[in-house]
Amino acid sequence: MSKTLLKLDSVCTDIAQYHILHGVSLEIPEGGVHVLLGRNGAGKTSTLRTIMGLWQARDGSIRFRGEEISREHTSDIARRGIAYVPENMGIFGGLTVEENMRLATHKGQFDRQRLSRVHAQFPAMEKFWTKQAWSLSGGQKQMLAIARAMIEKRDLILIDEPTKGLAPAIILSMVDAFREIAQETTILLVEQNFLFAKSLGQTVAVIDDGRIVHTGTMAALAQDSDLQTRLLSLSLDSHQ
Amino acid sequence: MNLIATQIERFGGINLLPVLLAVVALVLIGVPSTWLTLTVAGLAMGMMIFLMASGLSLVFGLMDVLNFGHSAFISFGAFIAASVLAALGSWVGADNILLNIAALFAAISAATLFGLVAGWFFERVIIKPVYRDHLRQILITMGALIVAEQIILAIWGGSPISVPRPNFLSGSIILGDVSIEIYRLFAFGLGLVVFLGLYAVLNRTRIGLLVRAGVENREMVEALGFRIDRLFIGVFMLGSALAAMGGAMWAGYETLITAAIGSEMMIIVFIVIIIGGLGSIEGTLLGALMVGLMGNYVAFLAPKMALASNMLLMMAILLWRPYGLRPAVK
Repeated sequence: MSKTLLKLDSVCTDIAQYHILHGVSLEIPEGGVHVLLGRNGAGKTSTLRTIMGLWQARDGSIRFRGEEISREHTSDIARRGIAYVPENMGIFGGLTVEENMRLATHKGQFDRQRLSRVHAQFPAMEKFWTKQAWSLSGGQKQMLAIARAMIEKRDLILIDEPTKGLAPAIILSMVDAFREIAQETTILLVEQNFLFAKSLGQTVAVIDDGRIVHTGTMAALAQDSDLQTRLLSLSLDSHQ
Repeated sequence: MNLIATQIERFGGINLLPVLLAVVALVLIGVPSTWLTLTVAGLAMGMMIFLMASGLSLVFGLMDVLNFGHSAFISFGAFIAASVLAALGSWVGADNILLNIAALFAAISAATLFGLVAGWFFERVIIKPVYRDHLRQILITMGALIVAEQIILAIWGGSPISVPRPNFLSGSIILGDVSIEIYRLFAFGLGLVVFLGLYAVLNRTRIGLLVRAGVENREMVEALGFRIDRLFIGVFMLGSALAAMGGAMWAGYETLITAAIGSEMMIIVFIVIIIGGLGSIEGTLLGALMVGLMGNYVAFLAPKMALASNMLLMMAILLWRPYGLRPAVK
């Protein structure tokens, strides 16, 4: 059994007067791809943003490698080795692809070996290296967002719905990319697309109404159609 | 049609607008010597406005702060420069160009240094408590502006103060039947140097990269491991220092200043950053040059329209490009 990398314990988050997370408890083991599933508005994005410190947890504990991070500044959390790929990709459109990538490096210098790997994984990034990012297509922007997260060694990458709005061919290439990234990094993937999640995930947690309602292995969930229907009917209906 | 658009883009695209404006003005004015005098005056005025506006554009773009107190830095810069030049009267009026330059350098440096320090104080005390709250930003920065103007009145009094120009910047250069004020050439040159410096910092350094990224998406810059709040202070201090420098240059241009010098310029400064596009140094320069040229040409061609000309220019540009000519965020 691999050791726990990230542990959320009874995390509650409010946005203005609204209570969004009502005591989320979740353990992410080190290594592999772990999936957080749930319908729209269930609290998936809020969970990632709370882990990243973009929204402050009102209550509860978030421990990364055993250390409490729930009160830390976002930049300090990032410096612990946690990368975040938001739903809107967080690309800087006015900067070139190269500048977007350089920002994600520790001291502004590329590790040539890693850069070569990124280029091999996402050839479009090399092709459009000097182009401004706003000129990329939706799929290329998503690739840039993921390439940016892997240009440095990270311990954990939080990825929010990477397949949203993408063509099936691009989603397939993303599966390969995620498998490669997962060889050296832990991924916490938020998804609504169950087929994509199923092809990658080792463990799965299902969130609904700001609470974790199921945890287990992805293999078990994939084989249990009754459980899928009970937990995910809304998202499966729209994606399968 | 596409071919024409491609060719225009190839030769500078939207950057050609001031050239187009100048060509149209040449046709309307008809007298090349008058046109050249007005053009140099417009470019010099544009560069001084650029100094005052560039910092505010970055502050707007990066920090999302509506700082109506920006004009206080322009006013203080003008008065501090005037006081330093008055105190160094013998250097200012000397026939020795080195003494002239030393006096000018001292005046501009004092104003800029004040802008840096006052900018730090203003950000910490006035701005920091009201981040992300536009209504309170407007109220508190307007209040700070009123207090600053009263401080100027208390220190320098209500009467207009004359600003001596260093000897080497007085007079004009005569080219045929064209007379060009030396001060205007200097103002243009200084503005150009500042623009090139800012451009180099923003486009060739890591801090510049962070500022440009922060203008687009502050949250993501933090998620990449950078403290954007520390960047805020630096940008605010730089913006305040540039405003004070612009105020010092404007004081030398006007030669007679009052406590309202900053607030009188503020409308033009806002027009410039809106025309140029928030958070963009290139856009601010483009907007400032357009406003400077437009103001001078229209004041000559249709004096009664002079005040309205920049408003009309802003309306026309916003109808064409709602986010300004070169906004930082696309």
